[in-house]
Amino acid sequence: MGAYVIRRCLAGIVAILMTVMLVFFLLRILPGDVAYQMLLRPWEGAAGFGSGIDPTALDTLRKELGLDKPLHVQFVEFVWNTARGDFGKSLYSGNSVWTEIRARLPMTLQIALTAQFIAISLGIPIGIITAIKQDSWPDYLLRVWTIFFLAIPGFWIGIMILLGGLMFFEWSPPVGRNVLWESPLDSFRQTIWPALVLASHSTAILARYTRSSMLEVLREDYIRTARAKGLKEQVVVVRHAMRNALIPVVTVIGLSFGTLVAGTVILERVFTIPGVGNLFLNSITTRDYPVVQAIVFLVACTFVVTNIVVDFLYGWLDPRISLA
Amino acid sequence: MAEPARIERASAIRSLGHEGARWALNAITFARRKPLGAMGLLICATFLTTGLLAAVVSPYDPNFGGSAKERLQGPSINHWFGTDELGRDLFSRVVSGTMTSLKVAFACIAIGSFSGFILGIVSGYFGGWVDLVLQRMTESLQAFPGILLALTLVAVLGGGLGAVIIAISVAFTPGPLRIIRGVVLSAKQNVYVDAARVIGASHVRIMLRHILPNVLATFLVLASVALGSAILVESSLSFLGLGVPPPHPSWGRMLSGSAQQYALAAPWMVIFPGVAISLMVLGFNLLGDALRDIWDPRLRGR
Repeated sequence: MGAYVIRRCLAGIVAILMTVMLVFFLLRILPGDVAYQMLLRPWEGAAGFGSGIDPTALDTLRKELGLDKPLHVQFVEFVWNTARGDFGKSLYSGNSVWTEIRARLPMTLQIALTAQFIAISLGIPIGIITAIKQDSWPDYLLRVWTIFFLAIPGFWIGIMILLGGLMFFEWSPPVGRNVLWESPLDSFRQTIWPALVLASHSTAILARYTRSSMLEVLREDYIRTARAKGLKEQVVVVRHAMRNALIPVVTVIGLSFGTLVAGTVILERVFTIPGVGNLFLNSITTRDYPVVQAIVFLVACTFVVTNIVVDFLYGWLDPRISLA
Repeated sequence: MAEPARIERASAIRSLGHEGARWALNAITFARRKPLGAMGLLICATFLTTGLLAAVVSPYDPNFGGSAKERLQGPSINHWFGTDELGRDLFSRVVSGTMTSLKVAFACIAIGSFSGFILGIVSGYFGGWVDLVLQRMTESLQAFPGILLALTLVAVLGGGLGAVIIAISVAFTPGPLRIIRGVVLSAKQNVYVDAARVIGASHVRIMLRHILPNVLATFLVLASVALGSAILVESSLSFLGLGVPPPHPSWGRMLSGSAQQYALAAPWMVIFPGVAISLMVLGFNLLGDALRDIWDPRLRGR
């Protein structure tokens, strides 16, 4: 077990490293680096044809930002700094990157965690119930719902919600930064909508997967034995079927969390929520490398850790799996 | 009463010729057994036809508007989907966006599947350190959800159509790679591969003649659902301004920018492109589900 832990963690670190390396080098190799962008006047296009940028000013800025060092040196510096928790300064605002991220983290986490919570507490029961009552009207309703919500783009649902609110109720959610512990009511009113949109998608996925897992388990021989023994149907379902069916669902929860985080980025733009997703998008547009790198790193870490936790959970819950 | 109907049907099918008859019977069986899948196929076919015939089907030019008094009109006989703030007919714009979505989706899935296919077969067949290295790389790619990965890649590649296609293709490579590799690993166990090797068949020949047919069905199932996802990713990217650039029309971009400003006055501007995206993705998803039910129940629930 110990060797497995170490191996998984090492593989995770490698994965994070490779992801960050990809973003890091691509950002720096391609033309139009951030120093160039910073000195560009607004009326000069991105290609900067005939721009009046003074080459010495460009060089000085590059030296300041540390962009003139060879690429591998920059990367080693970046890894070293990150390991110490120093993400550098935002090129756009001048604040430390960590300050920027930390300010926006609460709202993003609120949205993501609320959505995940709703998805789990609604999706799993719905999946179980529709599996038990297969081919009845709840089953068909769920199937239709999953099919529709997997096809409709999340950002469009968000737009429709905002539009509908304005048109029919003359209402819109509060704006600005409303953290849960500072202004709970406003914060809730603001984050519940993107959370619901995300949850609609995730609930559909989870319900569908739970349903199919449950159906497979219900066909197993040991369920037949349990029924033949004379156990009540409820006991059969709860004590025997559900436990076995829920184990692979744990993996899906880990996977769906990824889709959730991706959706958060887009929905933060739609609902103008000052979260990490919005920061990411803005930094991409302004080519704010340190912020982009830091967020990519943090997101990669989150997913790798989630996957490792899910793998362990899976191995721990299912005694048939030996983690060797 | 059934007799005359059957005879009529039989003669209709017979008139198609031998091959045509077999095709028609397969199609009818598919429609009967999987009505949802047939509906999905119909939706996709409709979109494809409309997209290909965009110039013929659009009543107006999608890029240039009418007179000022035609701005922001609601759906009417003249303008089925209404007009936007420049007086452009929305129906023509939505139709013109069809081909962009389809082309980008097909290109990305084709490139992604192809590279995943090749890498998966190589990885599964050769095993050893080749397999190990490729697996680590796919794991790090899969550490990111599709949209985020595509977003980051488009951003670092600087935007533009090429960047979008590369980004989405890369995001969709691990899926086929994993599945193809799994199928190859299990097909490798089959006795006929050993037999072929004993006779002296080259590696390439073994891969093509013996392993490929096993892989094709799984591959097609994956591709049809992936097409739907690719369309969603592309429209999300375009919505954020990082997708297909002008002048290529894109439904996602139609939902951003000016559409949001005028949404309250002209809700049809945000309704119809969104419906178009949803319908097309729905079509591909339904088709993919039906194909999976027929060909590979192992993938059920994914």
